[in-house]
Amino acid sequence: MASRGTLIGAAAFAILAAGAPLLPQWLVSLSTIAFANALVVLGLVILWRTGLVPFGQALFYAIGAYAVALLGRYTPVRDVFVVVIAGAVCAGIVAYLVGFLLARYREIFFAMLSLAMSMILYGVLVKTETLGSTDGFHVEAGSFFGWRPQGAMRNLALFWLVLGCCAVAAVLVARYFRSVAGALAIPVRDNEIRVEFLGISVDRLIHLKLVISGILAGMGGALAALAVQHVDPQMAYWTTSGGFVFVTILAGAGSVAAAFVGSLAFELVRSIAVDLLPGAWQLILGSALLLTILFLPEGLGSLYARLRRRKEETAP
Amino acid sequence: MLTAFAIFSDGLVYAAYLFLVAVGLTLIFGVMKILNVTHGSFYAFGAYGAATAAGVWFDRGWSDAGGLLFMVGLAMLIGLAIGIVLERGILRFVYGKDEVVIVLVTYAVFLILEDVIVLVWGPRSYAAYQPMVAAGSIDVGDLTLSNYDIGMVVLAAALAAFGYWALKFTRYGKLLTVVIFDREVAAAYGINVKVIYTVTFLIGAMLGALGGAVMAPKISVTLGIGVEVIVLAFAVVAIGGMGSIEGALIGALIVGFGRAAAVHLVPQVELFVIYAVMALVLGFRPHGLFTQPAPRKI
Repeated sequence: MASRGTLIGAAAFAILAAGAPLLPQWLVSLSTIAFANALVVLGLVILWRTGLVPFGQALFYAIGAYAVALLGRYTPVRDVFVVVIAGAVCAGIVAYLVGFLLARYREIFFAMLSLAMSMILYGVLVKTETLGSTDGFHVEAGSFFGWRPQGAMRNLALFWLVLGCCAVAAVLVARYFRSVAGALAIPVRDNEIRVEFLGISVDRLIHLKLVISGILAGMGGALAALAVQHVDPQMAYWTTSGGFVFVTILAGAGSVAAAFVGSLAFELVRSIAVDLLPGAWQLILGSALLLTILFLPEGLGSLYARLRRRKEETAP
Repeated sequence: MLTAFAIFSDGLVYAAYLFLVAVGLTLIFGVMKILNVTHGSFYAFGAYGAATAAGVWFDRGWSDAGGLLFMVGLAMLIGLAIGIVLERGILRFVYGKDEVVIVLVTYAVFLILEDVIVLVWGPRSYAAYQPMVAAGSIDVGDLTLSNYDIGMVVLAAALAAFGYWALKFTRYGKLLTVVIFDREVAAAYGINVKVIYTVTFLIGAMLGALGGAVMAPKISVTLGIGVEVIVLAFAVVAIGGMGSIEGALIGALIVGFGRAAAVHLVPQVELFVIYAVMALVLGFRPHGLFTQPAPRKI
């Protein structure tokens, strides 16, 4: 039952994967980070659809990244597939644990309590000398089933890895959106007491969503750590979470694809803006966010939907 | 004994600082149900404004007391100006939207203002130590306390007392209480809620700038000071209960003493003791110590 969206998505991934060797180095590196972050954004979209804004997703992002870094430092495990899964699992466990507290909250309290959680981790990381304190530390280069590519080949291999993770995540999340638990997101946002009356525990539903988004964020963090080859406490800081929230709003929570396009656009605009107007990056960011909220509350993804609707109206 | 006294005095000073930065945030939240992230910007602008004022005033060798007044005055004026632009220019268009959406609007403005600070004051740090030096210090037993710190505690206490009095015994305070309790009923009774919103936001903005101005002599006024403050102030307000002035006071005291105890006894946990306390309190009292649970609307 491959729908048109799935086909377009699969084609886009295939073209990206095949075309990567032709792209310039910087673009490959940039897309690697962008797609790793897109996984985190995808997790945010899941929560966003229930009306929750996690302002502390950097917690899981940093857990995933540090899990990879620590594995490289204290164990001989180097295989990228193993360490990425390990990062995702660690973040999932943390999400499950903090979920017992977080899942009871909604709206601003949810946002700010998740922020407080990530700030606790930030404080711990900054104060831990053995983990490099504020400087962080180096991440060992990974191997792909024993294959250890170098230089440009390494970047390409990582890009393919990130693409593969994204493709799997996109398929699973799209399937989740169509499942009962996923479809309940919008009723919960509209009126959660009515959902409770249907005999469904909203707290448990949100707990599940938290774990899923935590796993995605951990995976994103693990991939980012592999790509950058460095971890530092800044990854857990609330401005990092703010960046993810920003991309989510910009992209809109309408579809899975929006997370990827939005994240790529964000990284591109950022690197261009930092290049051209180094002092005004936050100014541009803030203005774009403000304009999006005021004039495109459903995100850039809604532009496409709006265009399609207009076309349907004009065509008899 | 010495440690206990040190914890007490440090805790009190830190609590005074927290209360000064949290009171404006809780006021705006209580009345307008807006978690105002730009509060951090008000604080930063207040601190930068005060540092500039200190430079202008003390370079001319004018009197110390007047200098402090000038610093606070200029900072609050800046707070007022930004507050007006923000409330009239942006916020009034988003009233009635989702609370979370408004948080994001204020977050966007916060990002913009961070860069505006760089554009206006440049990336260098400023110092405004003169009032701190002029105030001197006094010895209490084996400890030396700065008079400026003592003054800050007195100011925070006075502000708390004044806030309590203004809310309970003045006409504007009573109107405010009604709006806090139920905005729609207040409007139905003929209270001009829009004016109350604007005035409250401006008072909150000026309080934020005041916090920055008062802290300026104690810190190095540099980029990023607003970021820390907003998270701290939120933790304090969440512990006490969003929108409650008594709550902000109690929250500031809990966090202040908690942090002072951590600094003196287990310095490793200093950075996150605040958030740990917050998580603990919210674990037992999900909406803070001083709020009534809201009725669930079906």
